[in-house]
Amino acid sequence: SLSSLVDNGSGCIDKILVANRGEIACRIMRTAKRLGVRTVAVYSDADRDALHVRSADEAVRVGPAPTRLSYLNSSAIVEAALRTSAQAIHPGASKKIMGAAGVPLVPGYHGDEQNVEFLKAEADKIGYPVLIKPTHGGGGKGMRIVERPGDFVENLLSAQREAAASFGVNTVLLEKYITQPRHVEVQVFGDKLGNVIHLYERDCSLQRRHQKIIEEAPAPNVTEEFRAHIGQAAVSAAKAVGYYNAGTVEFIVDTASDNFYFMEMNTRLQVEHPVTEMVVGQDLVEWQIRVANGEPLPLTQEQVPLNGHAFEARIYAENVPRGFLPATGTLHHYRPADVNPTVRVETGVEEGDTVSVHYDPMIAKLVVWGHSRSAALVKFKSCLSDFQIAGLPTNVSFVRDLASHWAFEKGQVETHFIEHYKDDLLIDSASKATNEALNASKLSAVLAAVCLCQKEHISSAEAIPCNDRLVSLWYANPPFRMHHSAKTMVEFEWDKDFDGSFGGILKLAITHQTDGGYFVEMEGDDSSGLEVKVLHSGENNFRVEAGGLQTDVTLAHYIKDHNKHIHVWHGDHHHQFKQTKTIRQTSDGGSHLKPSLESSSHPKGTVLAPMAGLVIKVLVENGARVEEGQPILVLEAMKMEHVVKSPRPGIVDGLRVTSGQQVFDSTVLFNVKENNTS
Amino acid sequence: RQRLPQLHLPVQNLGSSLYSSAVLPDGVDRSSDAFSHNSAAAQELVSQLHSQISKVLGGGGAEAVKRNRSRNKLLPRERINRLIDPGSSFLELSQLAGYELYEESLPSGGIITGIGPVHGRLCMFVANDPTTKGGTYYPITVKKHLRAQEIASQCKLPSLYLVDSGGANLPKQAEVFPDRDNFGRIFYNQAKMSAEGIPQVALVLGSCTAGGAYIPAMADESVIVKGNGTIFLAGPPLVKAATGEEVSAEDLGGATVHCKISGVSDHFAEDELHALELGRNIIRNIHMAGKGPFDSQHIPSEYKEPLYDMQELREIAPTDQKQPFDIRSVIARVVDGSEFDEFKKLYGSTLVTGFARICGQPVGIIGNNGILFTESALKGAHFIELCAQRNIPLTFLQNITGFMVGSKSEASGIAKAGAKMVMAVSCAKVPKITIIVGGSFGAGNYGMCGRAYSPDFLFLWPTAKISVMGGAQAAGVLAQIEKINKKRQGNEWTPEEEERFKQKVIEAYEREASPYYSTARLWDDGIIDPADTRKVLSLCLTATVKSSPEETKYGVFRM
Repeated sequence: SLSSLVDNGSGCIDKILVANRGEIACRIMRTAKRLGVRTVAVYSDADRDALHVRSADEAVRVGPAPTRLSYLNSSAIVEAALRTSAQAIHPGASKKIMGAAGVPLVPGYHGDEQNVEFLKAEADKIGYPVLIKPTHGGGGKGMRIVERPGDFVENLLSAQREAAASFGVNTVLLEKYITQPRHVEVQVFGDKLGNVIHLYERDCSLQRRHQKIIEEAPAPNVTEEFRAHIGQAAVSAAKAVGYYNAGTVEFIVDTASDNFYFMEMNTRLQVEHPVTEMVVGQDLVEWQIRVANGEPLPLTQEQVPLNGHAFEARIYAENVPRGFLPATGTLHHYRPADVNPTVRVETGVEEGDTVSVHYDPMIAKLVVWGHSRSAALVKFKSCLSDFQIAGLPTNVSFVRDLASHWAFEKGQVETHFIEHYKDDLLIDSASKATNEALNASKLSAVLAAVCLCQKEHISSAEAIPCNDRLVSLWYANPPFRMHHSAKTMVEFEWDKDFDGSFGGILKLAITHQTDGGYFVEMEGDDSSGLEVKVLHSGENNFRVEAGGLQTDVTLAHYIKDHNKHIHVWHGDHHHQFKQTKTIRQTSDGGSHLKPSLESSSHPKGTVLAPMAGLVIKVLVENGARVEEGQPILVLEAMKMEHVVKSPRPGIVDGLRVTSGQQVFDSTVLFNVKENNTS
Repeated sequence: RQRLPQLHLPVQNLGSSLYSSAVLPDGVDRSSDAFSHNSAAAQELVSQLHSQISKVLGGGGAEAVKRNRSRNKLLPRERINRLIDPGSSFLELSQLAGYELYEESLPSGGIITGIGPVHGRLCMFVANDPTTKGGTYYPITVKKHLRAQEIASQCKLPSLYLVDSGGANLPKQAEVFPDRDNFGRIFYNQAKMSAEGIPQVALVLGSCTAGGAYIPAMADESVIVKGNGTIFLAGPPLVKAATGEEVSAEDLGGATVHCKISGVSDHFAEDELHALELGRNIIRNIHMAGKGPFDSQHIPSEYKEPLYDMQELREIAPTDQKQPFDIRSVIARVVDGSEFDEFKKLYGSTLVTGFARICGQPVGIIGNNGILFTESALKGAHFIELCAQRNIPLTFLQNITGFMVGSKSEASGIAKAGAKMVMAVSCAKVPKITIIVGGSFGAGNYGMCGRAYSPDFLFLWPTAKISVMGGAQAAGVLAQIEKINKKRQGNEWTPEEEERFKQKVIEAYEREASPYYSTARLWDDGIIDPADTRKVLSLCLTATVKSSPEETKYGVFRM
């Protein structure tokens, strides 16, 4: 999947244009840099300052924000490569291969013959359950799942009727219905010399909205025999089409029978390729560049190791409770898990970046390796707990819940997993409000309040001018009070935008203790209060001792829509609160003169001329229904135009002036009657 | 549980002198009988003191505190807690004032005083406690108030008055009203401190009745809370008794009346927390109050750019002078973070005044939003005085067709109101920069610091127009005179001749009002691209900084 533009004789690529964006572009450039290959990024107007653009040696603008006009604009991309003298474009033309000789497809009948007896015979051949699907149309209309041979004819006839009614054509096709399918795919690699090998399989069954969210390698709960078998099938498929470079052969696996069937082959590096890299210990982008240079594959099939287990989570900006709808917003706080040789975070964004509507809302990929599946899973969950994002809704805690589910821990993965366990995974906010959850949330509020208190204290002390050292004495901890302890009141609201678990306002009274600690009491809470001490504090990170228990706390806060949003992470917990800032816009002083004050000698709603002047425009007629502040007429005086507005909603009455008329100060212009009086 | 307060002071590195100071020996024999005896006695003394303190911390009692809360009001110490910097100390004074002094108890003398920092600046707080006798002034209340002012005056501390008081305690008037160190001295002190450049700020959080009304009225700057805050010389019952007028407290002296009509208060607060926030902002904007030399360390090295596109300044000012536009949209594209703390927003609203920063440098901005009325001119004069007191440079954004004319306006004394503004502009010894963004006509040019008022710099936008009056108006006046002259000579003027005459005048005015006509004659320091306004202002401001501020002295203000 690397197109060479120039055959430069030596055959070695030394400059590559990465025709992609986001984390995948960054990931490709990282390997290219390691190999000393120069990189060129392309960008749309929306990505001018994006991480992938800054990561490249050079970058070329290819068009406006929509992908169709930029990243998918092939002529602009080729032109960018020529302009920067890049010898190759990554990825090259990518295509799907839908069928190949010698690879099993899902058994079925896709022919024209629609005779009932014939179809019945085909169904019996396929084996039950069988899926009857209209050849035209979609959306599940006319689809039937037939469990037993005896039910086939009846179902076929009703499916045909429904198809005819819905789509005007009653033809159907038959397919084996797989009750518990898994999505298993095999990484293959070929070189220009005709060698093709596989790098084992990945399980990508955990999906929502037909998109993968957790992938792992190797596939759990499969035998060595199956592994060898599916790998060989993938190699045959790639060989059948004479493929070289990186490719992925996707299969659907019937868990009931362990049979697998070919779905399609993708001729590019998949998003989930890192899990394979982790278990085989290879850099597949490096392989791509070497293969493009004409080198043979670095390893033979026998040399490919399979070591340990790896998971990948795709972190998306999305609204999980609202059916996983993509979300947009600003990453006000972004602290991915710490990376090390066994933990990779592939990301195309940084704190402060915006996730826009233009592109895929994926924020990052978290890839974790362990020597066994269970060891990898422990690390995987811990990294997900450490993955901190604030500013927009994400699937982080959902993915963590998924990874912690007992069936996932057992490796019982299948494509319908989330649907199957939705009662465990997608519980609504009301039933989430258990006592345990409430207490965890309250503790988070206490920790957040104390850390905020400490942080504000430090920042107010730091804000004093540096030459005023005397004033700094006034910011000692604890703050001094004559014969009593200082008290700070903090009010939080549960942030309903994200989880509407609990309502109402939390009122916290924080008493500053002589040792610099805090004593926190919560209004309306039975407990006697909590002694909390901040042992260490940084910009956002705190070490806090609460009731004799030490823990790390991270805090993030940002202002959005006049509210202060506060996120707190500690242990496996992540909670968010907000503080409402009332909008403090006093009534508009305005550029236009207010009508003169209503004096007692005129009925309410009477508007007088604010000054002497010439009426140059009358905008409404008597009887017109007007809103408060709606312009009624325009007056010219003192070389300026003045708009006279309605003082209240109602109906205009007694409008006596006309355009061109001279009025004097305090002339009655019109009256606005209340709506209910006629 | 008894908590003994301790103040943890940061250890200061006093340098690496070879010769350290002599260290005193401990000198206490902890095993002695005297020590253990003292220790027990001391314990007793401390707990006695703390029990007295805990009584006064409760203010005027649970019932009064509850009533106070039901009005969405905080207690005076809570108000101070929210005004001082988060986590900072408060040095409260004379907590036990009034102890066993009167038959009735008067916790802390009915008033809380003390020192604490606001935006890093130490301030003196004087807060009435409305839960004790309605915050009225007993003799000891007056004494405590005056003592706080005395300290503020000696230490040059900006003073914040948190007013919520029924005024002098009437039964005790003889001990409160007449003598030198009685109630009247409060306002005397305010006047003297203001004159010395010690900012006097009042937050009206409750009632300010009778004498109490003068606290905000005498303040340099004041805030009033909608609903709770009232300022009047006599409350509704007394008004009814005296004149028969029936009026509600809010209509008589509420926030709307004083911020919009009377101008007695400057900032309209939606609620008490808003008022406290405004109070903090006022102290922040005081900036360099006092007489210290200019110190660039007060200027932050980091600042925010305006939120809006500066290029749009080119489109904001219409070429048609008759079309009004909001000068705030210009300010929003010039000042740091588009942040503008407006002064007297609701009063004299055709003049916009407020504090902001330009590339970190503090500045007071005065911009036109229409014709200058009597109120607008008074507001302008007040704002210039504040900037002069605090050594804050002034920036004038001129788009002014002039002062209001007509019989009503003349009768309201527009000429003397304009004169006050001109007096303030002329005498204020702070850097001044003028930008003419639109019209600059007649005395408006003067009040808004035109060339004759020696601004340090004066620039024009290409949309500027400068003349004594508009061309059409001048043509009308001259035509009338000419007509009378002709008539006297027995000559009749045909309408065509009159039109030709007028057209000639208009053309001449048009030509002479052009920014090119002005800049050719050096009536200004150049025409600038509106999009460069922020850049030009920030550079000019650095050039106007003087090594030490000069003292402003005004002439006689015609009242």
